[in-house]
Amino acid sequence: MSNQIIQGILLGGYYALIACGLSFMFSVMRIINLAHGSLAVFAAFALWWLASRFHVSPFVGLLIVLPLMAAIGWALQRFLLERSARGGALLPILTTFGLAIVIDNMLFEQFGADTRSLAPYIGSLSYDSWEWPGSIYVGKLAVIMFATAVILLGGLQLFLTRTRLGRSIRATSEDSDTAGLVGVDARRANAIAASIAMVTVGLAGAFLGMRATFDPYAGAPQLLFAFEAAVIGGAGSLWGTLVGGIVLALAQTLGAQVHPQGFLIGGHTVFLVVLFVRLSTSGLGLRGLLRLPSRSAS
Amino acid sequence: MSAVSSSPVIERGTAASRIAAIAVAIIIALLAAAPQFLSAGAVDRMTALFIYVILAAMWNALAGFGGLVSVGQQVFFGLGAYFAIRLADAGLNPFASLFVSAIIVGLVSWPLSLFMLRLRNGEFAIGMWVIAALTHLLVNLDRLVQGETGTSLISLNVYDAGTRRVAIYWLALGSMTALLAILFGLLRGSTGAAIRAIRDNEDAAASVGVRVTGTKRLLFVLAAFGIGVAGALWLATSVTFQPKTYFNVQWTAYMIFILLVGGIGTFEGAILGALVFFLIETWFGGTGVWYLVGLGATAVLFSLFLPRGLWGTIEERFGLRLLPVGYRVRLPGNARADKGTDPSPERTTLDQEKA
Repeated sequence: MSNQIIQGILLGGYYALIACGLSFMFSVMRIINLAHGSLAVFAAFALWWLASRFHVSPFVGLLIVLPLMAAIGWALQRFLLERSARGGALLPILTTFGLAIVIDNMLFEQFGADTRSLAPYIGSLSYDSWEWPGSIYVGKLAVIMFATAVILLGGLQLFLTRTRLGRSIRATSEDSDTAGLVGVDARRANAIAASIAMVTVGLAGAFLGMRATFDPYAGAPQLLFAFEAAVIGGAGSLWGTLVGGIVLALAQTLGAQVHPQGFLIGGHTVFLVVLFVRLSTSGLGLRGLLRLPSRSAS
Repeated sequence: MSAVSSSPVIERGTAASRIAAIAVAIIIALLAAAPQFLSAGAVDRMTALFIYVILAAMWNALAGFGGLVSVGQQVFFGLGAYFAIRLADAGLNPFASLFVSAIIVGLVSWPLSLFMLRLRNGEFAIGMWVIAALTHLLVNLDRLVQGETGTSLISLNVYDAGTRRVAIYWLALGSMTALLAILFGLLRGSTGAAIRAIRDNEDAAASVGVRVTGTKRLLFVLAAFGIGVAGALWLATSVTFQPKTYFNVQWTAYMIFILLVGGIGTFEGAILGALVFFLIETWFGGTGVWYLVGLGATAVLFSLFLPRGLWGTIEERFGLRLLPVGYRVRLPGNARADKGTDPSPERTTLDQEKA
C-alpha cells in the first residue's frame, strides 16, 4: 500500500507540471486554454520527431522545443487570445477549442494513429529505479519529474514575487488598466506570461512522452487532468497545484486498485467531490478557487 | 407608418418576419411530404440534418442566449442513446423508448444543474467535459453495453427497413419542429428577456429581479432534453450504440462549429449554420482528417474575424429579422426606412448586444 502511495505522489508531480501552465494562464489572462493538452502532445511529438529522425536525445531536444513553445505562446497570445478576448469571456473558449481540433488532427495527419513514446530514446532512465527502505522501488524518471515540478513551481513563485517582470505580470492580472497607468505594458506582460506557460507545457509534454505513450488525440485527457489538478489544489498558490496533482494521482492510483477502469473514474470522482465540497461550503466559484498564484504570495 | 412620430418605435414582427412565418409553414409541410419523393439515402441524410438542427438550436439556447458555453454536451447525446437502449432492452417499444429516454435525460440534468451552474465560463465548459468523460466511463461498466464493444437497438428490427426509415424521418422532423417552436416561444416570452439579460450581465439582471438561477436551470434542462432527443434519434438511425462514438467530444465540436458559422445567439443562425455544416459534411466529409482540420480552422477564423457568424452579420448589415425573438427599438431617424431591409445597421437594437 505504501508503495502505491509513493508512486501516486510521484505521478502527482507530472499532473502538477501540466496543471501549472493552465492555472498560470488562467490566473494572469483569465483564459482557460482548451488547447492546453493538445499543445503538450505537440511538444511530445516534436521531441519524438527530433529523436527518431535526427537522433537528438529528448533532453537535448528540449533546448529546441522549449524556445519553440515560448514562441508559440507569444503568438497564441498576440494573434488569437488577445483578439478573441475582446469579444467577451466566451469567445476565447471557442477559439482555443477550435485550435485544439486543428492541432490534434494535424498531428494525426502528420504522424498517424500509432501510439509513440520517448522512452526508447532516454536509455535506461525509463526503467532505472532506486530501492528505498521496505523494498520499495521508485523510478528515477518519476523522481526527476517530481523534482522538476517542485523546482519549476518554486521558481515561478520566486519569479512572480521577486522580479520586476513578475510583479508587472501580477499587476496586469490584478487590474490591467491600473497597471497600464503606472507604466506596465499589459500586452507585453500577457505575452510573456503566455510564453512562460507554454514552456511549462513543453516540459509537461516531454515527461508525458517519457513516462507513457501518447497519440495525436491524447490532448483532451491531458487537459482534463490539468484542469482537475488545478481545481483540486486551487488553494491560491502554485504549491496548491502540487497538492492538487498529488491528490488527483493518489485518487487514480487507488481507483485502479478497486477496478480495472477505476483509474480515470477515481480521478474524475475526487475532482467532483472536491468541487462539490468547495462550492457548497464557500459559495465561491472556481474563479476564487483557481486564484492567482501571486495573491497569496504577496 | 410611424414616420411622423418623433418618439422611438418599439417593434417586434417585421414584414419580412411575417413572410418568413408563412415560408416556414410551407417548408415544414413540404418536408413532411418529402419521403414520398426522396430516395432512401436522401431520407437518411435529411434525418441527419434535422438532428444537427436540434443539436445546434439546443446548444445555442444554452451558449448563445444563456451565455453558458459547455464542451460536455455530448454527455446528454450519449445518455439519450444509452437510456433508449436500456428501456428497449427492458421491453418498452423502441420508438417510445426514444422519447422516454430524452425525458430521463432531462430529469438527470436537473440535479446536475444545481451543481454545474455554479461554475463560470471556462470552468463550466471543462467541468461539463469532465462530467461527460466520467459518464462515458460509467456507461462502459454496464454489462449490457460491454464496454466499447457496444450494443444495438435490436428491437427496432421488427419494423421493416422502409417503414422504419420514414418513421424516424418524421420523428426527427416533428422533434425538430416542436423543439424549435418551444425555444421560439420561450425566447419571445418574458423568460427570453430574462435569458438575454442574464447573458449580458448576470449581476445587473439579478439586481432588477430576474431569477438568474431558475432561468439558467430551465435552459440547461431544456438543452439537455433536446440533445437527449437528438442522441436517441441518432441511435434510431444508426441502430448500434458504441459509447466511444456517442460520448465523443466531436458532437460538441460540431455544435460549436455550426453556431460560430451560423451566428451564436441568433435564432436563425442555428438553422443556417446546421445547413452549412450539413452541406460541408456532404461534400468534404469523405476527406477525413482534413475535413476536421478545416472545421477547427473555420471555427477559429470565424471567432476571430466574424464572431457574430453569418446570420449575425446579415442581421446587422441589413436589419433583417426573419424569426424575431426580441424587440427592437427604432430611433425616429431610422423609422422612415423600409422595415424589412433597413440598410443602416442599428446599434440601438436591444437583442444585438453581444453573442
